Amino acid sequence: MSTEPVGPYGQAGAYGQAGPRGGTPPRLAVVGAGPAGLAAALAATARGVHVTLVDSAQAPGGQFYRQPAAALGARRPQALHHQWRTWRRLRDGLARHIAAGGVTLLPQHHVWCVERRSEGPAGRPHAGGFTVHALLGPGQEEPVEVRADGVVLATGGYEKVLPFPGWTLPGVITAGGAQAMLKGGLVVSGRTAVVAGTGPLLLPVATGLAAAGVRVAALVESAAPRALARRVGTLAGRADKLAEGAGYALELLRRRVRTLVRHTVVEAHGTDRLEAVTVAALDTAGRVRPGSERRIPCDTLAVGHGMVPHTDLAESLGCRVDAHGMSVAVDDEQRTDVPGVWAAGEVTGIGGAALSLAEGHVAGRSAAARLRGREPDPREWEAAAASRTRLREFFAALDTVYVPPAHWAEQLTDDTVVCRCEEVTAGAVREAVGELGAGDVRTVKLLTRAGMGWCQGRMCGPAVAGLAGCAETTARRPFACPVPLGVLARAGERGEPGPPTGETQGRGGPTVE
Amino acid sequence: MNPSELAGAEPGAAFTVTLDGRELDALPGQTVAAALWAAGVTSWRTTRGGGRPRGVFCGIGVCFDCLVTVNDRPNQRACLVPVRPGDAIRTQEGTGHEH
Repeated sequence: MSTEPVGPYGQAGAYGQAGPRGGTPPRLAVVGAGPAGLAAALAATARGVHVTLVDSAQAPGGQFYRQPAAALGARRPQALHHQWRTWRRLRDGLARHIAAGGVTLLPQHHVWCVERRSEGPAGRPHAGGFTVHALLGPGQEEPVEVRADGVVLATGGYEKVLPFPGWTLPGVITAGGAQAMLKGGLVVSGRTAVVAGTGPLLLPVATGLAAAGVRVAALVESAAPRALARRVGTLAGRADKLAEGAGYALELLRRRVRTLVRHTVVEAHGTDRLEAVTVAALDTAGRVRPGSERRIPCDTLAVGHGMVPHTDLAESLGCRVDAHGMSVAVDDEQRTDVPGVWAAGEVTGIGGAALSLAEGHVAGRSAAARLRGREPDPREWEAAAASRTRLREFFAALDTVYVPPAHWAEQLTDDTVVCRCEEVTAGAVREAVGELGAGDVRTVKLLTRAGMGWCQGRMCGPAVAGLAGCAETTARRPFACPVPLGVLARAGERGEPGPPTGETQGRGGPTVE
Repeated sequence: MNPSELAGAEPGAAFTVTLDGRELDALPGQTVAAALWAAGVTSWRTTRGGGRPRGVFCGIGVCFDCLVTVNDRPNQRACLVPVRPGDAIRTQEGTGHEH
């Protein structure tokens, strides 16, 4: 895969040039330290902007470049990764800029809200700046505020999993979760796994588990990826992507992983933990072929049906998000329609790490120019923009191929739990729709509690919409993660702040300038 | 080959934690979830309604299925919380506030 558009990372030292306000450089907060956030941070800080990089994990990298914890002493973390050279460049660039004072990294900061501080004078509506509200550490009780003149939202995404009978059994995990536990904790949950669902993520998950010593009994893909080759054949310049797919296919062969295309998991079996799955073939309409069922013993099922972006922060800022909550609208500079707010990576539409790097790079350059009061010249990021166009076309084609089976909901028995938090069954959702007349996800939620639990409907949202036969809509979560009431109560005590004063401690908790 | 061998891990010295009073080995750098998986444990919560066992699902802090009680603090996400020497980990039943 080409990694060229990310541009030169190495130029530390531009930080410190005077910003438009004289002595201090403008401040950019970047939320998320995955590929998009890192690319944005490096591009911006190399052009004279101070960046505060806020991330929930213990170390930067996001999900794609999730690293083993330092104390695990991994000498060959690259064995778990792809595009390691790109990661090394990002990591080393970040370290240089942190050392030079151009980037402040705030790991283990869970951002729950980005607040526009005040309307500024005409023409500069974001002149009041932004306050990024975060909670510190795994305990997530201590508040931290970060002030900035502009914000890049690079919040990434999480995995969508459609339910099936038995999917709440321990041992059934998301495909991305299996990968995260492997990359970050160097652990697997069993000896024999089935990897199932749909989408390009299943390939690295299957090969990764196999490399880590897990017997992968089957890779079960509901789509027919051969159609992808036909569609992508019409797209210029994506040979590298096809080669990447072919590389995984070879590795699966080498590791003797049986691949079942146009198949789906219809049930997971076990009493207190997973013992086996039943898989079945799909007909061309996306229905299970009667009589094609077979049982595969396994203690791990890694399952996923695509990705969903984290759009909560963008929504609460008032950024335009498409009707299904699947992408934040951005222009060619990666600007949202809220002045001073850029978005890059999965949050603008799912497209993988390479596209995230390209978008982050453009966002960082645009933000640096505009926060320094200059009109950016798009010719500066021509290569990244060209890469962005190609990758968006590629992933649009991918989206038409990797779709869950059309009739997945028919496999759900009435007693299948759909909302994992509130233990709401498919039967209860069907009753809300069929007998009580609920016509949308919100009404189903009010009638059944599906989506009212800890995860705020992130896990069951797509399934409830599918069962109810209505479109997914944006969830409108005012907070991106649970916030202690005490933190909320104190958050307003600082009032409407004037210009930043350089203070580092307030009643609402520490403030990072 | 196991994951540690694959990544060439040379972790620090193992320490002891307890799960419901039973002693387990854990490694510095592991999360509570990783330590429990490494010990062969895949569930450490029962649901409020059906009393059904749960463990890791999303693995990245989004789904809240892996909630666990650590040192008497309930509702900790095991996939996020680093394990510490001497941690008393308890299977969380229901809301975790019923002990």
